[in-house]
Amino acid sequence: MQGLRSFLARQVVTAVPYLWLLVFFLAPFLIVLKISLSETAIAMPPYTPVFEGLKDLLEKAKQLSFDNYLWLTEDALYIKAYLSSLRIALVSTLITLIVGYPLAYAMARAPDGLRPVLLMAVILPFWTSFLIRVYAWIGILKPEGLLNQALIGLGLISEPLQIINTDWAVYIGIVYSYLPFMVLPLYASLERLDLRLIEAAMDLGATPLKAFWRITVPLSVPGIVAGSLLVFIPAVGEFVIPDLLGGSDTLMIGRTLWVEFFYNRDWPVASAVAILLLILLVVPIVIFQKMQEKAAR
Amino acid sequence: MRRFTAFNLVSLVFGLAFLYLPILILILYSFNDSRIVTVWGGFSTRWYVELLSNESILNAAWVTVRVGLLSASVATVLGTLAALALVRGGRFYGRTLFSGMVYAPLVMPEVITGLSLLLLFVAINFDRGFWTVTLAHITFSMCFVAVVVQSRLLAFDRALEEAALDLGATPVKTFFAITLPLIFPAVAAGWMLAFSLSLDDLVIASFTTGPGATTLPMKIYSQVRRGVTPEINAVCTILVALVTLGVLTASVIGKARAPARAP
Repeated sequence: MQGLRSFLARQVVTAVPYLWLLVFFLAPFLIVLKISLSETAIAMPPYTPVFEGLKDLLEKAKQLSFDNYLWLTEDALYIKAYLSSLRIALVSTLITLIVGYPLAYAMARAPDGLRPVLLMAVILPFWTSFLIRVYAWIGILKPEGLLNQALIGLGLISEPLQIINTDWAVYIGIVYSYLPFMVLPLYASLERLDLRLIEAAMDLGATPLKAFWRITVPLSVPGIVAGSLLVFIPAVGEFVIPDLLGGSDTLMIGRTLWVEFFYNRDWPVASAVAILLLILLVVPIVIFQKMQEKAAR
Repeated sequence: MRRFTAFNLVSLVFGLAFLYLPILILILYSFNDSRIVTVWGGFSTRWYVELLSNESILNAAWVTVRVGLLSASVATVLGTLAALALVRGGRFYGRTLFSGMVYAPLVMPEVITGLSLLLLFVAINFDRGFWTVTLAHITFSMCFVAVVVQSRLLAFDRALEEAALDLGATPVKTFFAITLPLIFPAVAAGWMLAFSLSLDDLVIASFTTGPGATTLPMKIYSQVRRGVTPEINAVCTILVALVTLGVLTASVIGKARAPARAP
């Protein structure tokens, strides 16, 4: 009896979250896949169903329409949007790494008593709303905004710089919003670093810079990879930042999907955009997962 | 050897200034008397007073709080179970799929999660509104809870659980008497995280919502598209203040309790 009950308890612990995720995470993807293969229809919902039950699967397979995907490849807009999403995400990830590394390094070197405070200081903005943090930059970057006022006041420029509604504003927004995601894994790997290794390298005649490149950087690679993935993957599909900070010519796939869905009401094309975005992200997501699982062992 | 150089100091100062200045400027300008956001017209709290009579913002705030409380609570239970399954579940059928489904939502672009959940709700003919937003929020935030609780479960000494089992406690009793109190700080942190994620979400809520369930971020977003206004600065300031207070309180409580727990 005892054994049976604990067996059941164990099953429930696994089964409840498992079923939840099957229904609300996996099943929706299959539906997206299905709808991306169906024809657009002026109806509510605006698509014609592909499968009505599983009868005559072969017949149905003939009806599957890759039109939405073909359409995506024919229209240069979508290809450009994918490429420019990748470019913007890559550049932003790189800038985030360059900004985040010295910060994480300084945190790891800070006195013991100060480190928890610094850690808290980096985590705190992460808790405050993403939307608010992006919004805060609009007031700073716009032509009559604070940054231009300050630069003109200092006499560095005479004409206000056009930053908002350009790709630069999007880079700034992504770097700002995702900085904590980069700093935290970097800090975790830098803090664990055995300082005696650097001592040894310097005893053997390495300059501090050389010791940094040959010892510190290679040993912090797990942090660099984890942080970069945490920034890159969500940044590729980012919607809020390009929409609020970018210009009308800032093409990003998350925004394209939003427009297809909310303005053009073309659900099958929106679904096809989502599936292709997912395919683009499968490799980085799998790497991220493997790293998480390794950390969980 | 742990030397803190001038370069380190400069990186810290610049890094923290970069993180905090935009938010501080936003807060400062919420107390600006002038309607033109970039011109300082003297100190005033008039935008806060005006907020109190703005029915649509208050309604949206109420919807957001209800969705947040409910979704964070359910997500905490589900996320804790998921963490237990991952850390203590051993090998079970479909474990790889399970862990994939737990970790993938952490980095999944929100537009994909939002679109796919909406299509699910449409496919099963579920009326969209308060409940669909809540279900969507539970789904993505439970994964964050799972990761937070999982790291705590990995860190603690299993001998304590084994001792309780040896002394005849049932596994269920052991969980409530030993495991849960020990992982409680992580469970509480998970709840906070889930609540703040729900409070913050614009994209997933926009996809899954229906008539009558406009959340605060959706309201803010629609106003922001029309330009920066001092009212929105005031709403944002209140949200930032509440979240900061919550996080700081949680960390102080966590610290006060930590020494008492150490053996």
